[in-house]
Amino acid sequence: MRITFRSVRVTYEGCPAVVGFDESASSGEWLCVIGPNGAGKSSLLKSIVGIVPHEGSVDVDGRVLGEMGARERARCVAYVPQSPVLPDDMTVTDYVLLGRNPYVSTFGRETGHDHEIVAETLADLDLSVFARRRLSTLSGGERQRLVIARALAQQAPVLLLDEPTSALDIGHQQQALELVDRLRRERGLVVVSAMHDLTLAGVYAHRLVLMHQGVVVSSGTAREVLRSETLAEFYGVSVHVQHHDDGTVVVVPRRTAQ
Amino acid sequence: MSTQTGTATPRTTTWVVTGAVVLVVALVAGTVVGPAGPTWWRVPLALLDRLPFATIDAGITERQWSIVWQIRAPRVVLAALVGAMLSMAGASYQGVFRNPLVDPYLLGVAAGAGLGATVVFVANPAVLANLPIDPVPLAAFIGGTVAVLLTYLVGTAFGSQRSATTLVLAGVAVTALATAVQTFVLQRNTDVVRQVYSWILGRLSSATWADVRLIVPYVIVSMVVLIAYRRVLDVMRVGDEEATALGTNVKRTRLIIVLAATLGTSAAVSVSGLIGFVGIIVPHAIRLLAGSTYRRVLPLSMLLGAAFLIAADIPGRVLTDPAETPIGVVTAFFGAPFFLALLRTREVPR
Repeated sequence: MRITFRSVRVTYEGCPAVVGFDESASSGEWLCVIGPNGAGKSSLLKSIVGIVPHEGSVDVDGRVLGEMGARERARCVAYVPQSPVLPDDMTVTDYVLLGRNPYVSTFGRETGHDHEIVAETLADLDLSVFARRRLSTLSGGERQRLVIARALAQQAPVLLLDEPTSALDIGHQQQALELVDRLRRERGLVVVSAMHDLTLAGVYAHRLVLMHQGVVVSSGTAREVLRSETLAEFYGVSVHVQHHDDGTVVVVPRRTAQ
Repeated sequence: MSTQTGTATPRTTTWVVTGAVVLVVALVAGTVVGPAGPTWWRVPLALLDRLPFATIDAGITERQWSIVWQIRAPRVVLAALVGAMLSMAGASYQGVFRNPLVDPYLLGVAAGAGLGATVVFVANPAVLANLPIDPVPLAAFIGGTVAVLLTYLVGTAFGSQRSATTLVLAGVAVTALATAVQTFVLQRNTDVVRQVYSWILGRLSSATWADVRLIVPYVIVSMVVLIAYRRVLDVMRVGDEEATALGTNVKRTRLIIVLAATLGTSAAVSVSGLIGFVGIIVPHAIRLLAGSTYRRVLPLSMLLGAAFLIAADIPGRVLTDPAETPIGVVTAFFGAPFFLALLRTREVPR
């Protein structure tokens, strides 16, 4: 399984948001798009799932996403938005069941098979105890896991995550990313995420792609991309980049006025 | 794990059965109560007598029976159809626009229908006398449908990205335009103000079986489509973007639901006038009582919307007898306090 981006362009009313994105990733790989606010990360992810149109092509094993219907596309790529809408009085089970939408015809009903997949997904993500609870009763960390559960219920080989940890504390950030990492390994998912925390991005992703004003300005491993000069140039930030022996790259902000 | 629909299925079934019982009670009450006609308890007996294989001596004269069957029954059935239609259309509009304040008249149906009816009232009676059918419902139906089509064309032509919001704003503009034309026409023909005003307030008093037959096909098509889309409406609850990512063609779904709701609403208001309030209050009362899943809200809107309008029609015909209180006044007068009480006691789901 391989997802390939060829000269993907996203334009909003004449203003380019993404200019020529060319990348690819295979089963079990984690590709992380980084870049300052407005760099085009979210636009890129949204264009993959059809929320905004794109030019160029994105294909999954040669099948072009742009030529698919909405349901077929949702069986290829699942999407975890940055700020998901969680209707207060919907139950956890019903919410995860939404992930089965691509498999149910417009006038059809979910089958026993769909319910089995929802139950398995809830169990896998330790959410079974919440199955009948309303969404309004869940904590931030539980909500994040729930939205990932809904995406998993789509059984798509590609998982897109837009800022999956921005609303979480450091412990829940790690939990959420560990979960995605485990699912990537166990299920052979391709993970494409947009992230702000550069250290976390470097820890989990195989490959980082740095975008700036819609253009890819640097890509490669964490060591190659996370360099203080590069970050200063494109984020306008002053940082220390520390390289640990285990390969971890740590980005620490530097106080400028001493 | 249940193998049926999403939400706790037994509760949905319980709610639908309860709704059906309430509707049957309302249907019987609506046929039994009235200023003229037979003693109230003889009416159910007479109705049973008309069933095949049942012979019961209800002690009712032919004249009394004709009051029940030719005057009350069509009125009750029409109230049921209109109430069910307006409630379902309101619920569906609120769903596709994800806006709780939306009512079935949002995209210009009411203003268009009002303009259509006004034009007929001011037209030369000599011309209208030769028409084979009553021109008021026809003009109202055409006016309402054309207004919504206009809204859709304008709204989707200018707003490619945020189509839901532009559509609602286009509806506001079309409504304002149609209302302005209607007011202008009325100003120049003040003699029909009373007729137009009473049409706008809504009336079921002159209901006949012909009215029922006129709207039944449209209302049934509309209801079938809306009920069929109840699962998709639940998907739309997470917003356009996520619904798209979940594999729903949002624009097409919205178009189909809006067209179906408009067709039914146009048909309903063409014979009943502009009965307000039902399309907002009934779906919200249901959400507060039974939860917001459309698998419950839509079937219950049909059953309880019908029951609500039948019930609202009863005080209108007995309170100020022989004059009629407009049903739009009754729905607001009894509906508003009930709704406020519900708001006070229940938490409002988002």
